[in-house]
Amino acid sequence: MRIPAVLLSRPVRIGVPGAALAVFLLIAPSSFDGYGISLMSKALALGVLAVSVSILAGYSGLPTMGQAAPFLVGAYTAGVMSTHGHTVGVLQLLCGTLVAAVFAAATGLVAIRTRGVAFLMTTLALGELTVTAAGEWRSLTGGTDGMYGITAIQPLPGMAALSSDRSIYWFVLTATVVVIAVVWWVLRSPVGKLLLACRDHEARMRSAGHPVTRYQWLAYVAAGALAGFGGVLMCTVNAYVSPDDGSFSNSALVLLAVVLGGAISPLGALLGAGLIVATQDWLSGPFPGHGPLLLGLMFIVAVYALPDGVAGIRFRVPKRRGGPA
Amino acid sequence: MGAINTHFVPALDGVAYGLLLFVAAAGLTLLFGIGGVLNIAHGTLFALGGYLAASVSDGSWSSAFLGLAVATVGGTLCGGLLAAGTLPLADRGHLPQALLTFGLSLVGADVLTTVYGTDEHPVVIPKSVNGTVQIFGHVYPTYRLMFIVVASVLALVGTYVLGRTRAGALLRAAADDREMVGAMGYAPWRVHAALCGAAGALAGLAGGLGAPIIGPGPDTADKVLMLSMVVIVLGRPGSVLGAFGAAIAVGEIETLGVSISSNWAPYLLFGLMAVALVVRTFRGSSAVGAGAAAGAHA
Repeated sequence: MRIPAVLLSRPVRIGVPGAALAVFLLIAPSSFDGYGISLMSKALALGVLAVSVSILAGYSGLPTMGQAAPFLVGAYTAGVMSTHGHTVGVLQLLCGTLVAAVFAAATGLVAIRTRGVAFLMTTLALGELTVTAAGEWRSLTGGTDGMYGITAIQPLPGMAALSSDRSIYWFVLTATVVVIAVVWWVLRSPVGKLLLACRDHEARMRSAGHPVTRYQWLAYVAAGALAGFGGVLMCTVNAYVSPDDGSFSNSALVLLAVVLGGAISPLGALLGAGLIVATQDWLSGPFPGHGPLLLGLMFIVAVYALPDGVAGIRFRVPKRRGGPA
Repeated sequence: MGAINTHFVPALDGVAYGLLLFVAAAGLTLLFGIGGVLNIAHGTLFALGGYLAASVSDGSWSSAFLGLAVATVGGTLCGGLLAAGTLPLADRGHLPQALLTFGLSLVGADVLTTVYGTDEHPVVIPKSVNGTVQIFGHVYPTYRLMFIVVASVLALVGTYVLGRTRAGALLRAAADDREMVGAMGYAPWRVHAALCGAAGALAGLAGGLGAPIIGPGPDTADKVLMLSMVVIVLGRPGSVLGAFGAAIAVGEIETLGVSISSNWAPYLLFGLMAVALVVRTFRGSSAVGAGAAAGAHA
């Protein structure tokens, strides 16, 4: 889990896989059918969620198992807006991000007080409670049946509604690229260094006068906002929201994506999310109903074989030992 | 008096449900508080115990005891498997261990539905306790009453073992300082294996014992895991007495709460937990942090 920041400082190590991913994302839609394209859109939305997890688990040292909660909040925000006739995509993204940020700001006050396993457990409980609340608040969310038949969005005011899987894909891809670029830019700035320093040397940072808890709370809020952004995209792709979108298994799957992709690599998190969607929906084709088994085995193998994620295979650096987990 | 009469049976059900949750959550909190392993597969072990007990039960006492024995042994064996799996990850922090148990729970759920199908498996209760008894003029199933007695005994024995015996003292010591316990001559891997085995046994036993209350089915694992989590978070991680109170409270909400107002009961669970978390946060209590610190030695 402990990857030195040195991995981020070498442009080549990011550039090559990044370019390959970009080429794939641009070329693939022309060779896939509608189902394949919508799967790719789904993978992108989950990828945004995975990046938000990597901000918490990787950069801040706060392994979360409840990040699907703000994701769900974002998705419902988009769903509710659509049913009330507000179908402008950009507006939905802004509102969903904002509402999820407010949600994270409130839950963060509670979660951020804990560390380690207690943080895992608290976030998990918060996530489960959010799912329960979503299932019960029928007047707003449609209960456990979810909201379906959500109106297609128009990316900007005055534009035509997105009617095909392909046009939705381009919208989702554009939004993802923009938001990931912002995240990348922020994390490369001193903000990322501060978070890593708080993760590795909390006591030292505190004595140097840094309000560590406030930094981590801000990271939690930012990650929540990002997850909400992903949720809006997911709602756009599926035209359907249900409490299941916020399920614990979604939270855990993106955590796996982050583990697969290397904890502090946004690109790796995106790739990991793609790998998981591919496993769940394509590889399990020959074994209908056994997707969870494949994913479970993937978890087990990943935990033992990839201590530093896929990004860590080729770029393995000597691990420092003895620090707090 | 009228209100008490109407709600007497649900209230008693709540006690039974709460005791079941306590036994189920005990294994989780043991492993979490002392071993620093958040076992996502805990609910799966509970479900396994239920399925095993259901598959041998045929209505006779011997099959009931056999079912409990098989459920406990099955849980213990899976706990041992968990110990073997998590030990190599011990120096890599909590996340890999939690991820491993999540992977195991996915695999376990798949195996269970493959073997037992997606139907619920009812347990055949021994005939002599399958009737009802009169308590204060209320009709109540005998099995539940017996369950309340058995689970209370189990809770007392567990508390006694953890609080008053040498083995329990050793486990509590391991929570505070693992290396010191190692220096006393107890191999860390043995303590870890004992811990995982005991947690697995508790989960399996709870599953077997509680099968007539929370029957084994495809949703059992998630439900038990979630309720156990709520119990532990409410009762403060690592605290036996706190977990007991929280388990009874959650049990009452799930039964008495539903019978009083089925619309509000889910919010009640949600609200209680939110209040507990918020109160704890603003009191600046370090109980949750202490749980993390205990785990940090793992």
